[in-house]
Amino acid sequence: MYSDKVMDHFQNPRNVGEIPDADGVGEVGNAVCGDIVRIYLKVNDNRIEDIKFKTFGCGAAIATSSMVTEMVKGKTLEEAMAVTNKAVAEALDGLPPVKMHCSNLAADALHKAIQDYRDRHAG
Amino acid sequence: MQRIYMDHAATTPTDPRVVEAMMPYFTEFFGNPSSIHGFGRAARKALEDARAVIAQELGAEPAGVIITSGGSEADNLAIKGVAAALREKGRHIITSSVEHHAVLDSCKYLEKQGFDVTYLPVDANGRVQVEDVQNALRDETILVTIMHANNEVGTIQPIKEISEVVKARSKALFHTDAVQTVGAIPVHLDELGVDLLSLSAHKFYGPKGVGALIIRKGVRFESLIHGGAQERNRRAGTENLPGVVGMAKALELANAELPEARPRITRLRDHLIQSVLNGFDHVRLNGHPTERLPGNANFSFEYIEGESLLLNLDLQGIAASSGSACTSGSLDPSHVLLAMGLCHATAHGSLRLSLGKGTTEEEVETVLKVLPGIVEKLRAMSPLYDHVRKECLTCTRTK
Repeated sequence: MYSDKVMDHFQNPRNVGEIPDADGVGEVGNAVCGDIVRIYLKVNDNRIEDIKFKTFGCGAAIATSSMVTEMVKGKTLEEAMAVTNKAVAEALDGLPPVKMHCSNLAADALHKAIQDYRDRHAG
Repeated sequence: MQRIYMDHAATTPTDPRVVEAMMPYFTEFFGNPSSIHGFGRAARKALEDARAVIAQELGAEPAGVIITSGGSEADNLAIKGVAAALREKGRHIITSSVEHHAVLDSCKYLEKQGFDVTYLPVDANGRVQVEDVQNALRDETILVTIMHANNEVGTIQPIKEISEVVKARSKALFHTDAVQTVGAIPVHLDELGVDLLSLSAHKFYGPKGVGALIIRKGVRFESLIHGGAQERNRRAGTENLPGVVGMAKALELANAELPEARPRITRLRDHLIQSVLNGFDHVRLNGHPTERLPGNANFSFEYIEGESLLLNLDLQGIAASSGSACTSGSLDPSHVLLAMGLCHATAHGSLRLSLGKGTTEEEVETVLKVLPGIVEKLRAMSPLYDHVRKECLTCTRTK
């Protein structure tokens, strides 16, 4: 049911963990629906210098979290903001239709982390 | 890689002796049991012999064995059929909140047709309270349908006690979905005191696509499938003869081997349960500690999600199942676990390992060896593991 790329990211997730002194943290989802994605950012000169995630959820939730971190590491915040959930799913060669709405949250968590960074550095 | 099958509650492998018994009915005795020629008569004899075996094994009359396409059809036939036949006598049905969807959705369908359905709660172990059944009975109650044992958590319901109350206090018929129990524990119509009973062959090492509704003499119901006089006008369609022969053989074998298989599988199950409960933090056993199916072990591993657990087990060759939403095709986790008072997060992290007659001690040990690494890996990446811990540990919700 999952593509080889999804299974690869599920089995060998990239950038799992926390950044203790993160510049921005974003979390989406809830335990009721069964998926929670939290993303930690380290930002340097408007670029994502480091990114880590922690995820509670199904195979799709873990794989999209892993994929989004790989896609935006080293990118500018603007480039990262332009990454959509759909783009993450496409980078994984697609997700089963039933997973598209419930477990495809990683880009949302990333955007929230960037927003958190911006809020902290506003003014 | 060694492959380990721990999903016997989903389906079982067909016993080779069953396959052997079925084979002649594909090519040699292929006649239509309704035909009057020799081919037909031979098929008819095989069908009626098989029916007699099924009746004998369950303490029923041969005329009370209605062949269906499986457990779901048997449940639909029992519930919708009785409701249609007795709708002038009353429109109230009692069931439980942990039934299989074949029962729950049939009841929901009847609600749309103007019936009133009471969904009884269960306790933290998944058991229906006999007093709740008693209190729910009304003059217009026509049917009580409570499963013999739950397919997810394995809890066995006090069917005999419930039937005594139903018989003493009402005129309602009593149906039980015995899909999980036939062949696994003793099932006898009179001992359970039920009027209708559903079963499915593939759960006891028989073929898929065949089951039966067993009814006591005098039970009235309307058929769902029209178009022929088969099954005494109660279920149209040419009988699945190889399937029926296989079902009878499988039932005979399962009941004959039950005295040996049941304690052996129960021992393996208890070893698995004890080892998991002793070996992990933040894990709970779902379902009744003792009144449970011999092969059923159902756990919730807190802070991790069931589908991830299943995928990881599958990668190691172990087949299991979960009550997680991701495996149910809906956004909600198992209705059974929620009815038992588990919070959503804990219900999402459930793992059902169902053992069967082929399960070995070595297989159980392999599962016990593989599980810790998977649970550790998933918890290490779970954001719940560090911050929801306090909220979710004692998650038995009061209802």
